[in-house]
Amino acid sequence: MIECKNITKVYKNEVETWALRGVSFSVDEGEFVAIIGPSGSGKSTLMHILGCLDTPSSGQYFFEGKEVSKLSEDELAEIRKKKVGFVFQMYNLLPRATVFKNVELPLIYEGLPKKEREERVKQALKLAAFPEEFWFHLSNQLSGGMQQRVAIARALVNNPKLILADEPTGNLDSKTGDVVLKTLIDLNKRGHTLIIVTHELYVAKYARRIIALRDGQIIEDAPKEKAKSLKLIKE
Amino acid sequence: MRIEDILKEAIFAISANKIRSGLTILGIVIGIASVIAMISIGQGANLEIIRSIEGLGSNILTVIPGAARVGAMLYGRGTAQTLKEDDINVLKSIDGVLNVVPITQRTFQIVAPNGNNTRTTIIGASEGIFSVREISIEKGTTFNEEHVKNIAKVAVLGKNIADDLFGEENAVGKIVRISGINFKVVGLAAPKGGAMGLVFDDMVYVPITTMQKMLAKSEYLTSILIKVERKDLLPKVQDEAFLRLAEKHRVDPQNPDFSIISQEDVLSTLTQVTNVMTIFLASIASISLLVGGIGIMNMMLTSVTERTKEIGLRKAIGAKNREILAQILTESVLLTFFGGAVGIFFGWLISLGISKFAQISTQVSFSSIILAFSVCTLIGIFFGWWPAQKAAKLNPIEALRYE
Repeated sequence: MIECKNITKVYKNEVETWALRGVSFSVDEGEFVAIIGPSGSGKSTLMHILGCLDTPSSGQYFFEGKEVSKLSEDELAEIRKKKVGFVFQMYNLLPRATVFKNVELPLIYEGLPKKEREERVKQALKLAAFPEEFWFHLSNQLSGGMQQRVAIARALVNNPKLILADEPTGNLDSKTGDVVLKTLIDLNKRGHTLIIVTHELYVAKYARRIIALRDGQIIEDAPKEKAKSLKLIKE
Repeated sequence: MRIEDILKEAIFAISANKIRSGLTILGIVIGIASVIAMISIGQGANLEIIRSIEGLGSNILTVIPGAARVGAMLYGRGTAQTLKEDDINVLKSIDGVLNVVPITQRTFQIVAPNGNNTRTTIIGASEGIFSVREISIEKGTTFNEEHVKNIAKVAVLGKNIADDLFGEENAVGKIVRISGINFKVVGLAAPKGGAMGLVFDDMVYVPITTMQKMLAKSEYLTSILIKVERKDLLPKVQDEAFLRLAEKHRVDPQNPDFSIISQEDVLSTLTQVTNVMTIFLASIASISLLVGGIGIMNMMLTSVTERTKEIGLRKAIGAKNREILAQILTESVLLTFFGGAVGIFFGWLISLGISKFAQISTQVSFSSIILAFSVCTLIGIFFGWWPAQKAAKLNPIEALRYE
């Protein structure tokens, strides 16, 4: 479904920083991949490129067979809107808006009529196992775990092919983290391709495939059972 | 993104910080209110002028002796003696002319039998003056054709003159002395007020023949009024009258010994003056509008910076640059539009107050309201553009990281 060919990313400030130095791999539809690595290894940069938030400095990135590395900002926005769902470590909800409105937001940019939006928001909230009595609470009145489930519902409301989660449990205790992960795994079972960026072992252990990064390069790309790099990250 | 959603999002964003939005709007409210009030004073003055010109009667051309330039407001040489009774017949024969009224006017002492006296303008005119100048009679009658033909010593008094000479008494039927000659008062003109420096209520009307033979002892006319059938015939009749009179007087049309003034010309000159005044007042008031606009820009910049993360998120989930631009612009336009609506209301109140307490006539016209709304929208777009551009150009990754 997605394919990276020799992707590099260089940030040019006062000094040149190489965030990615030639990364190549592909992910098939329905896969569950964990991208692991220490901080500064380039995982976030890679995720931004995979999620079409950014374009590589060189190399090619194919999304469903279409090369997106040369697309304009608006064309990238179109792909993000229709095909990608993001789950962030900091949830990134609109604090003053209700749960319902937060989940509805991507559909507003899609220009769907009100009725259809409401149907899809309800569906998404149910899929994210979000309790119905809190649907119209303001999102900043919820606990972290609840907020992250709102974010998951928002990520899947567009029925995206690809769900990208950047340290989705990073701000949660392990118990609520588990609930959030289970929700994500459920979505993967329903056919959404899931890529989780993490540096936590217990998160990575749920994945079926591990891609380990260090210094902007892939040091291992293997099924979870065979991945040696899992031993390198902390419990 | 649907327009209704853009609006809803903008209202959502504005209502998030009601106090700040309200205070920012205040600048626009004050600006628009003062512009509306100032324009209303200018337009009130304009209206006053139009009313007073129309008070002179409608569709009238005035022939005066000497040359006149309307543009520079030089209205003839009042002492030139070039107009005569027989010019009347020339003018009457022009197509579209309804009536022609010769006028000779002088200032004389007028004395009542009880000894009260005053000095005022005595208008000697044909009986047509009353219909052409639209002077109605309160008591008694006007003088008629017979009076004019017979050089009758009759007079119609203006309201103020009748009050000065006779007080509460009924003046009709009484005798007054004008320049030592007895005149019988046949009628009282209804109060009409003034127009263009003429105070109708201060005038006394006598037959033109009586004026020429007994009072002025001169056959020359002070002016001739030409009443034209319809407004659209005015220019044509004006040109025709000019040529005929020039021919009759045997003068070069380039250098005539008379002038024909149309009320339209006078009106346009005078409204030019009030228009300049209106623009002047409005531009002073617009300074506050400008300050209000800068306030809007300031608030929008703050609000965009505060919402950097939110804008980053909106972009991450697929908002295009132009959708963000539209949202922020809509916010600022909504703010100015709302401020404009409130400002128009207060401006209207102020103009009501001015006309009530300062006795200056004001008028809030529909066009000034439309103007105010358009200016508000423009201010919203103009001062919202930079903040909106700033928001639209945010890099989503950096915006999401913003703390």
